[in-house]
Amino acid sequence: MSEPAKLTLGPLLFNWPAEKVRAFYGQIAERAPVDTVHLGEVVCPKRTPFLAEALAEAAETLTAAGIEVVWSTLGLIADAKDVAATEALVESTPGLVEINDISALQMLRGRAHVVGPLVNVYNEGTLGWLASRGATRVCLPPELPRDALAALAAAAGTVELEVQAFGRMPLALSARCYHARAHGLHKDGCRYVCDRDPDGMPVTTLDRQPFLAVNGIQTLSHALLDLSAEAADLFELGIRRFRLSPHNTDMVAIAHVWRDLLDGRTEPARTQRIIEAVADFAPRANGYYHGRPGAELVA
Amino acid sequence: MTGQPLELVCPAGTPAALRAAVDAGADSVYLGFRDETNARNFPGLNFSRDELAEGIAHAGRSGCKVLVAINTYPRAGDSGPWRRAVDDAARLGAWAVILADIGLLDYAAGRHPGLRRHLSVQASAANPETIRFYHEEFGVKRVVLPRVLTISEIARINGAVPLETEVFAFGGLCVMAEGRCLLSSYATGESPNMNGVCSPAEHVRYEDRNGRLVSHLGRFAINVFAAGEPAGYPTLCKGRFQACNRDSYLFEEPTSLDAIRMLPALMKAGVTALKIEGRQRGKAYVAQVVGAFRKAVDAVARGEDPAGNDLAALTEGGRQTTGAYEKTWR
Repeated sequence: MSEPAKLTLGPLLFNWPAEKVRAFYGQIAERAPVDTVHLGEVVCPKRTPFLAEALAEAAETLTAAGIEVVWSTLGLIADAKDVAATEALVESTPGLVEINDISALQMLRGRAHVVGPLVNVYNEGTLGWLASRGATRVCLPPELPRDALAALAAAAGTVELEVQAFGRMPLALSARCYHARAHGLHKDGCRYVCDRDPDGMPVTTLDRQPFLAVNGIQTLSHALLDLSAEAADLFELGIRRFRLSPHNTDMVAIAHVWRDLLDGRTEPARTQRIIEAVADFAPRANGYYHGRPGAELVA
Repeated sequence: MTGQPLELVCPAGTPAALRAAVDAGADSVYLGFRDETNARNFPGLNFSRDELAEGIAHAGRSGCKVLVAINTYPRAGDSGPWRRAVDDAARLGAWAVILADIGLLDYAAGRHPGLRRHLSVQASAANPETIRFYHEEFGVKRVVLPRVLTISEIARINGAVPLETEVFAFGGLCVMAEGRCLLSSYATGESPNMNGVCSPAEHVRYEDRNGRLVSHLGRFAINVFAAGEPAGYPTLCKGRFQACNRDSYLFEEPTSLDAIRMLPALMKAGVTALKIEGRQRGKAYVAQVVGAFRKAVDAVARGEDPAGNDLAALTEGGRQTTGAYEKTWR
């Protein structure tokens, strides 16, 4: 019998106040049936100083609860400060680090690590090369269709493959901060306005159709990725880990319904109803998996 | 300051554009094969193997080099077309290949060690550590820098890495980190990384709504133009959207990069080559832009100011920006 599928709680992408972050991870440690939690700032290094203490505490609490902690690095490493911060994180972390920008690979010097969904792993050649440099787990980019996931899973060998299964999809990163820009501010004087939108700032078309969500320098989908209907197939293909991306909602409930789904205690239809009730601020989508636009929901 | 002129790397979407670029003074031209292995996989563009061979011969007679862009990400389970593109570029005598994918770089370095490898902007190598990584692991000789860096960051990179850098000087402007943007596929199912297209034409639809023109990409409205307002192509990140109760060009105005004024600063920053974007453009456009940059590059090398810029008519919506080269852009 194969190992049961594992659940990962991805890094918190949004700018939440430290008290909220503390409370969030306290609840996760106490009540969420997840195997792994990612900590660390992926989007904007300017947020890090406000959260360092809360995240260090969270790491202790989660570890004490028997949950594996992985530290995620920045997604866009541009200036010397970003490099230094990433080096410091890599050097001070005894456990697993997730790289979200290829530059962190050199800093790891062959150490076992996780490759995050912001690194371009589209094919077996790249997957195999990264494995030869110490990647033991790879969370694949969200735009890969089923055929690509199947080919990668067939070639993965000992590398554990993961896909995001819940939450807004990370679509783009920029040197420019769109949160600041939307508020008529400059990135250097941003007044941390991204803290006003705990799930990202809604972006609609001029027809007022919900479209995207801005999170500082990151652009996310409006729709919530939901691969609950595809989970059994993904497991068959050899995908053994499912990532839930944190949102400002009851993530404990989301984790429970996903654990129940992976353990065969509930059906996708019930999972979807619960997700729709708990995360009612955006529709579900699964188009990428079906080779369709990522915004679509294929029934 | 005076010095070695910056190498002028020019787009060739067709054999006619290649000849126009060579005649206008290109030091090198870049092009792609007619399939999804390159990031300008548009109908009617690009080169067959025979056309590449002829293009290399034609360019060679003027001392111009040919670079082949194979800069999308090979499809899982089907990397054959990408590997054959590298093999054929090597066989036909291309000066260099421009690659983005780690697996394909590894293949090219192992199979064709003598073929010069450049790192595509689609690999988004934005700091010295990443650039050194591609140099040390795959022997990359030149990196095309993302359009997200300021000139001082470019200077710092050049001081810290042992390889050549190439920067964008004119043409379309990606405001997102290149090769890391899924906006197009979110709306259309097709992306630069997987399909070599962004906001592809077959997903574009225009609707007349009581005299106003609405442009759509997939099932999303990208812009609405009042009667008489010039309507642009609905490239997703150059669309008008609502955020914070305000309609605006949230990501970027419909504008083009024009760094001709920055040439002295780019030269001082240690840049080796300048890239003109626009493989989707016709030969007249290529001739005009390459001609203007030829004059400007030579003037800067003689220590003169870049010649007066008469390229405004060729930029998107007639609007230009120096993009991220100036920090205020952020």
